[in-house]
Amino acid sequence: MTPLTVDGLGVVLGGRPVLRDVSFRVEAGEFVGLIGSNGAGKTTLLRAILGFTAPSRGSAHRGTVGYVPQKILLDPDLPVRARDLVALGLDGNRFGLPLPSAAKRRQVDEMLAAVGASAFADERVGRLSGGQQQRVLIGHALVRRPALLLLDEPLANLDLHSAAGVVALLGRLCREQGIAVLLSAHDMNPLLGVMDRIVYLADGRAAVGTVDEVVRGDVLSALYGHHVDVIRVHGRILVVVAPAEELAEPEQHATLLPPTAR
Amino acid sequence: MTDLLLAPGFFSSGPVRTALLVGGGAAVVSGVVGVFTVIRGQTFAGHALADVSSAGGSLAFLLGVNPMLGFLGMAGIAAAGMEAVGVRRLRGRDLATGVVFGAGLALAALFLYLATTTTSTTGAAITVMFGSMFAIPAATGRLAAVVGLVALAGVAAMYRPLLLASVHEDLAAARGVPVGAAGLMYSLVLALAVALSAITIGAILSTALLVGPSAVALRVTRRPGQAMLVAVLVALAATWLGILLAYDSFVWTPGHGWPVSFFIVTLIMAAYLLAPRRA
Repeated sequence: MTPLTVDGLGVVLGGRPVLRDVSFRVEAGEFVGLIGSNGAGKTTLLRAILGFTAPSRGSAHRGTVGYVPQKILLDPDLPVRARDLVALGLDGNRFGLPLPSAAKRRQVDEMLAAVGASAFADERVGRLSGGQQQRVLIGHALVRRPALLLLDEPLANLDLHSAAGVVALLGRLCREQGIAVLLSAHDMNPLLGVMDRIVYLADGRAAVGTVDEVVRGDVLSALYGHHVDVIRVHGRILVVVAPAEELAEPEQHATLLPPTAR
Repeated sequence: MTDLLLAPGFFSSGPVRTALLVGGGAAVVSGVVGVFTVIRGQTFAGHALADVSSAGGSLAFLLGVNPMLGFLGMAGIAAAGMEAVGVRRLRGRDLATGVVFGAGLALAALFLYLATTTTSTTGAAITVMFGSMFAIPAATGRLAAVVGLVALAGVAAMYRPLLLASVHEDLAAARGVPVGAAGLMYSLVLALAVALSAITIGAILSTALLVGPSAVALRVTRRPGQAMLVAVLVALAATWLGILLAYDSFVWTPGHGWPVSFFIVTLIMAAYLLAPRRA
């Protein structure tokens, strides 16, 4: 079974069409970036795939899934260690009290090591840094070996160094364990080294293909419905959307300019 | 001198024995259930349930039936009602809780007024609001045991789904936990725990037994199972020591003692202030 097949998916939220007609597949061992500006529908697409939001048309079929939600801020006083959260990824839906088991403990320890979280396995998960929490959440999502891993803006609150570490980790897990990864981000640049394909969302529609196929002026202009420039500088990609009448300022998915210069 | 610390007849007194058993049971259940109350951010909901349940307890006094049935009935209805009204958003839940608990206290005021004017149970208000541990009937003890066991079984059954939903509801939903149903089940368990505390230390003070020991536990341990154990031990120690001190207080001030609830809640407060931030 293909880990993820999205077919003609449309979602209407509060009377507004957020997704119109999105189709793509993610194969085992494939790393797909879900790229788009804020409000493009990335989170809505992930929530529809998870089954949290009902589609208004089309469908999303998937295998077993692990999920890392966006902007997760865990309570620092929560009496839950990193290893407890990973263990809950294994059997958190089960009824009854958890019985201690050597096999389970070994599985959790292996997962903690695989995501580089062994050093802080016994810390309260809410007191870890953003990058450390992401590693633990990835461990929680992967510990039962799902076919598909969904991550919603996992790099959003991380500094460059932590973000690079998380991307390298995800790329490795994707290849080594044959997991299908779908990761959403507003900036594609940190992912250029690991992405096999890209799903570029704008205005509820998607362009799908390799980065070279999709991130081009003509393709994105057609997707946005007005002129878009794609600029490549020093191995980075900058998408500049021309300001339409209703847009107050140009959207930039990867800015090389300081905020004051926008 | 020893009479001031352990007044004669403590262990041979029937009412003391009932208070130790029922109070101890309420402490165990409050400790276990309370950890989830605190980590789910439902302290306010727990207090509201207690206030609403006081209307049930007062009505029971007015009608002359077992107060525990009144506490249970109203807390159960309020728990289901609060889940039905404001589940989705935190603010919605807060407002729904606030409105419901105001209405509950108003009803309690009415029933207590009627109970004290039409019958001669002048102690009803004190008993409902602040508890009368040395006046718990033996029949209530048996009912309390059943309620306590059901509450503990409920937490044991839902331990992992509840813990995951307490960390983050989306994580739980993605892992296949029916988050809405788990929330409703937990609120009903909370209603049982509140009713149990209401007959011991009183409806108004039941939140202290529910939340205080758990707050201490969260300071001293970082593991969920240990947190429950610590909360149970703190609640038990405060309850039993409180009962002992209240019994002794008949010797300190001859002719009348001090309320048990005062001692229990003060001891919990002291534990909270003195608890080391160890983990």
